[in-house]
Amino acid sequence: MQNDTWTVAGRTFRSRLIVGTGKYKDYAENAAALEASGAEIVTVALRRVNVSDPGSPKLVDFIDPKKYTYLPNTAGCYTAEDAMRTLRLAREAGGWSLVKLEVLGDRKTLYPDMIETLRAAEILVKDGFDVMVYCTDDPLMCKRLEDAGCAAIMPLAAPIGSGLGIQNPINIRLIVEGAKVPVLVDAGVGTASDAAIAMELGCDGVLMNTAIAEAKDPVLMARAMRLAVEAGRLAYRAGRMKKKMYADPSSPLAGLI
Amino acid sequence: MRIQLNGQDHELRGAVSLADLVERLGLDVRKVAVERNLEIVPRSAYGATMLHEGDRLELVNFVGGG
Repeated sequence: MQNDTWTVAGRTFRSRLIVGTGKYKDYAENAAALEASGAEIVTVALRRVNVSDPGSPKLVDFIDPKKYTYLPNTAGCYTAEDAMRTLRLAREAGGWSLVKLEVLGDRKTLYPDMIETLRAAEILVKDGFDVMVYCTDDPLMCKRLEDAGCAAIMPLAAPIGSGLGIQNPINIRLIVEGAKVPVLVDAGVGTASDAAIAMELGCDGVLMNTAIAEAKDPVLMARAMRLAVEAGRLAYRAGRMKKKMYADPSSPLAGLI
Repeated sequence: MRIQLNGQDHELRGAVSLADLVERLGLDVRKVAVERNLEIVPRSAYGATMLHEGDRLELVNFVGGG
């Protein structure tokens, strides 16, 4: 397990779990859950500074950007232009180029608008960004995004924040088989078994926020997710047994008394 | 003079650079990024960037997100 690393845009990581930093009770609980998750990458959002309360708690005071890789996202952006504006500011705020692109198309489902996403991805790649892209689980669209130069493909398992788990395992497997860059399931994971399934399908990693943040005990769930991702990865590497239609005894039939 | 700061009217007295404003607001310069009239201002240029009547500033920082 020690040597089972994965690499995105030239950066190598041991943990295959990426966690979000939204929806927690406070930054302290967020930091505790992050520690328990073993994650090395965290997604973060970029928002206006609260100028009327400059002393309010800051994310960077609880989650050290030197210890964890900040992955700025474009959550809440509905056009390619908004997403690009956000990520250029994020690069200025943090000084790095690894980003999560997410261009939404519908407020009810939070489904990504793939036409705008692809357009933004093409421009951001030319602009020097390493783009990890949130997308639908359409294998052809994922291929287009890879061809556009995206550093990682991140199809949804189910709608953002829904916790419904992997709705289309066939597509996730097809995307994994077809991709030469890392594939991570992003959004829709609800509990540990969902994360394990994603990894058993051959994904390089899983990204989640709500499943941990909205658990009754986020720190305990963070640990569960860590173990599930590791278990799913090991099972994928081990190669599962063939499924059979009928029973097959585990004890030898010879020598029965 | 009056500027727009994060979508709100903001009154400033005298000649004020971007560095002055960030300091007056009590913000840590290493934790913010600034857009002035839709153009990003590099951190190294805050001191030399004088604010003008009607400037639209966006001061942003990282917050929790998924």
